[in-house]
Amino acid sequence: MAVIGVMFPLAGACSMAERKISAWIQGRPGPNRAIPFWFSWVPVLGPILQKLGAFHLLADGLKFLFKEDVVPGHVNKKYFIAAPILAMIPALSTVTFVPFGAYIDLGGNLTPLILANVDVGLLAVFAVSSLGVYSVVLAGWASNSKYSFLGGIRASAQLISYELSMTLAVVPVLLWINAPGTAGTMSLSKAVEFQSQPGFWGGAWFAFTMPISALIFLICLFAETNRQPFDMAESEADLVGGFHTEYGAFKWSLFFVAEYCHMIVGSAVFILLFFGGWNPLPWLPLSSVAALLHITELPLLVGLLSIGIFLGKILAMLFLFMWVRWTVPRFRYDQVMKLGWQKLLPLAILNLLVTIIAIAVIQH
Amino acid sequence: MAVIKLERKPLSLAERTYLPQIVGGLKITLKHLLKPTITMQYPEERPAIPAGYRGAPTLVKDPHGREKCVSCQLCEFVCPPRAIRITPGEIAHDSPNAHVEKAPQAFDIDMLRCIYCGLCQEVCPEEAIFLQNVYSTTGYTRDSMVNHKADLYQMGGTLPDEHFKWDKKKEAAEHGGSHHG
Amino acid sequence: MIATPTVDLITVNIDGKDVAVPKGTNVIEAAAKVGVDVPHYCYHPKLTVVGNCRMCLVEMGLPAVDPATKTPVMDPATGKQKINWMPRPVIGCATNASPGLHIRTTTQLVKDCREGVMEFLLVNHPLDCPICDQAGECKLQEQATGYGRGYSRYVEDKNVKPKRTVLGPRVTLDDERCILCSRCIRFSKEVAKDDVLGFIDRGSTSTLTCFPGKQLENNYSLNTVDICPVGALTSTDFRFKMRVWFLKQTNSIDTETSVGANTVVWSREGQIYRITPRQNDEVNDTWMADSGRILYKQVKAEDRLTHTSVAKQAASLAEAITKASELIKANAGAVRLVASGKNTVEEQFLIKHLADSLATKTSLISRVGAGDNILVSKDHNPNVRGALLTGLISELPTAQLTTLSSEIDSGKVKVVISFSEDLTAAGISESQLSKVQVIYIGTHHNKTSGLAAIVIPSLTVFEKSGTFINQQFRIQKFVAAVPGPAGVVDDLVILTHLTSSLHGTTVQLTQAAGLLAQTWTSLSATIPSLAPLSFSTIPDTGLLVDSTAFAKLPFVETETLHFKPVV
Repeated sequence: MAVIGVMFPLAGACSMAERKISAWIQGRPGPNRAIPFWFSWVPVLGPILQKLGAFHLLADGLKFLFKEDVVPGHVNKKYFIAAPILAMIPALSTVTFVPFGAYIDLGGNLTPLILANVDVGLLAVFAVSSLGVYSVVLAGWASNSKYSFLGGIRASAQLISYELSMTLAVVPVLLWINAPGTAGTMSLSKAVEFQSQPGFWGGAWFAFTMPISALIFLICLFAETNRQPFDMAESEADLVGGFHTEYGAFKWSLFFVAEYCHMIVGSAVFILLFFGGWNPLPWLPLSSVAALLHITELPLLVGLLSIGIFLGKILAMLFLFMWVRWTVPRFRYDQVMKLGWQKLLPLAILNLLVTIIAIAVIQH
Repeated sequence: MAVIKLERKPLSLAERTYLPQIVGGLKITLKHLLKPTITMQYPEERPAIPAGYRGAPTLVKDPHGREKCVSCQLCEFVCPPRAIRITPGEIAHDSPNAHVEKAPQAFDIDMLRCIYCGLCQEVCPEEAIFLQNVYSTTGYTRDSMVNHKADLYQMGGTLPDEHFKWDKKKEAAEHGGSHHG
Repeated sequence: MIATPTVDLITVNIDGKDVAVPKGTNVIEAAAKVGVDVPHYCYHPKLTVVGNCRMCLVEMGLPAVDPATKTPVMDPATGKQKINWMPRPVIGCATNASPGLHIRTTTQLVKDCREGVMEFLLVNHPLDCPICDQAGECKLQEQATGYGRGYSRYVEDKNVKPKRTVLGPRVTLDDERCILCSRCIRFSKEVAKDDVLGFIDRGSTSTLTCFPGKQLENNYSLNTVDICPVGALTSTDFRFKMRVWFLKQTNSIDTETSVGANTVVWSREGQIYRITPRQNDEVNDTWMADSGRILYKQVKAEDRLTHTSVAKQAASLAEAITKASELIKANAGAVRLVASGKNTVEEQFLIKHLADSLATKTSLISRVGAGDNILVSKDHNPNVRGALLTGLISELPTAQLTTLSSEIDSGKVKVVISFSEDLTAAGISESQLSKVQVIYIGTHHNKTSGLAAIVIPSLTVFEKSGTFINQQFRIQKFVAAVPGPAGVVDDLVILTHLTSSLHGTTVQLTQAAGLLAQTWTSLSATIPSLAPLSFSTIPDTGLLVDSTAFAKLPFVETETLHFKPVV
């Protein structure tokens, strides 16, 4: 429930932000009209929220809820309805594996704030989020239309292709934090810990020490979340709407929210792995900041601060997603496949080998 | 036809990764993101209508309030989409404008047909019909899209007159020139 | 046919082209023969020549003859007879063709003359074309464009003359526009024989006016409007109604009397605006009576029949036809037809067909009224001769239907079919009519239609096509100018349906045009004098048909223009 309560509004806000950012990039003001009549009396806040299009978000939500939920006659009804639900399950459940802050008690011990603190965190995220492709394939197949079908096929092929590179890109990070002699872990919070150690190498974020991994991961992240320039599954120029061509109203909005959930979780993982998690700046771990602000004695405040910093980074990532969407045109499908298999995969393997050798050299 | 073959320069490594180009693109979009928006907030803000704008055709009166149209029907004749419909009529003998003799009884312009070509204004020998700055014509029914004589005069208003042709004629009839006074 | 008198043809040369014309033809007509337009205002082919507009100035020359030897002088350069050109131009209208006459209309002198005349004519012309009804058919407009100088050098004030002068009940004069051509004056004197118009004052203040105490009120006054080359004389009825360039012209026939004047109906979008005469030198020259020009008002008249009714209840045409045929069948042998002299030849033919199949008699009602010996004859039925030719009647109609009246009284007649005729005007009283069942097929309400059991509306002459045969036995056709009221069908359609319904067959509702051609196929097959004809081959000016069979009948017409009764 907590996940739903946080993720749905966040996804909604993202959709609003998407519209606003696209508008601003194109020199438009974006949605700025809707306001409930009673709210227009609120002096300052009212106009500001109206200008920001906040009420369009509410109106959109209401519209999705109340408009007629059409189920076309030619679809496989059972799976057609199951697909969006299936899309939501991995999208929301991955959130539980992502630490979103740190709690440093008075003794200086750090406890990550996480819903399900499992040791295989990263693996769990990858495993569960990969299930998302089933909903796309299912939606594409159940819709019984050529556009949906092609969209589903494309999405599944693309997801599989890029997952490979993505996982390979993460391996160097795990190799580094699971150096021989330490207890093996896949925990994401451990990765953050490694980026908040003192010293030049200890404090450096992995994005600086392993830039190729970070780059491959970022590219794969775009592809995994079906974002521009990799939104082959939707591809409205040639596939009308891709796998959700036949969907409307609330069912469609579930896909929509799932996509944003994937984006949020993906950005969170990316930040945790490569951008220092809840550490505000490189070489400046959270604990130092807490000391600087003289709030070390208030663990609650520090916890909140960490959440804030982490959330801020996620929002910055989301902005990057949108920014890229309105900058880079969509690839052709063959280009997507070529990039995935012929460019990213060899690069990821090469990167892995180089890192292995580097780690071996350093440890000696 | 001459064919010029251009040798394409091979791409450098940086170019082949596309990353500098993407960063360049991101820079451009960021610049636009920070620029002020240029959209006009239409119903509240209105565009400045330039001089010579061809909006809806209107009928005008001369500075003395006389309706200039004498229903010669040339505009009706020249109108390519046949949007204009005039019923001519005679001016009453006791009217101050009786010397003009003829005026439209009804003057309808169907704005669903009008193509804003301005030929009516061009052809008008009395300078009575002008395409002015009315650009937003809306309605719920076909009937409401027809501008009748009263609407046309209301939209047209009064324009300056350089000739006062009919006033001069009246004056000549009243003050001389007339043999059979 | 009367043998055409042999005319002396002489050869004249106009702009280098030789043309043979009858002796006495003036230069304007001769030039027209070779397609050379000599502009003119005052000249009218049907009026005397006065030569006061000076627009038709041309250069004239005659073959040179040596005065002493009376032998032709040859031009050594061309080897032809030398032409002595006159140093000053002459007016074309008053110059008659003489052998060897040479005319030049394209020289600089002629051009300058025309420009000068145009400039003088326009000096005091008000140029109020936007409000002038003549605009579009104005000689001054046309010739100013063709032969004028294009701009005015006149800087003084123009003359002011009275506008809106009422000359008569139907004619309004705008004196400022008048160019003093005197066509109207000559027409009134020579054709209408009602000399009421004249000029007063001199020079540029000359004004057209009626003689004191007189009005231009004769029945031909509107012809002055037609012949006025400018917009000075205007028809009060047509004034400011519609610009002429919107009007569609349809050839028609005046149904006022048996003269059958040829007319043009001017209409726009199903609305008739005016009727003007059409030139037919064998019938009406270029004139027609004023009374015939207002006939179009019957189209939109208040008392126009627009709905089919059975026993005063609205009914469909099919219902009315079925009811009518039931009524006729139920009273077989007791049916009488009253056709009309206003029916077309085709309708009369179908009525004859109907009468034959019912084995009954048809009566016609005569309309004898005043004639004026010009273009209004005494017989106010336009098509009595059509009824004779189709065999509908064998003797001339009477004004009173005495036989029918007595037959109704004796109970011999139970059903009367009337074609647009008001029987109460022909000696059948209303009480007599209520004793019988009346089927009324006509255009307008009258007492008979009010008492009729079945009323079927039909079309006026302006809404249908057909032919009339006038007093000269000239078959003349007219075509539909405007569509009829919605749901009202052609008389031919009604008659075809009624006849086929009586025979127990049903026919498809045909278009009147197809039916007209169909009717003409049987018409030309049945009537010998119409044998070679079909509707489309009748010329616009009509064709005389063989009338020898009816030569003995005492027709009521007296002498009118181009008609002398055969006595």
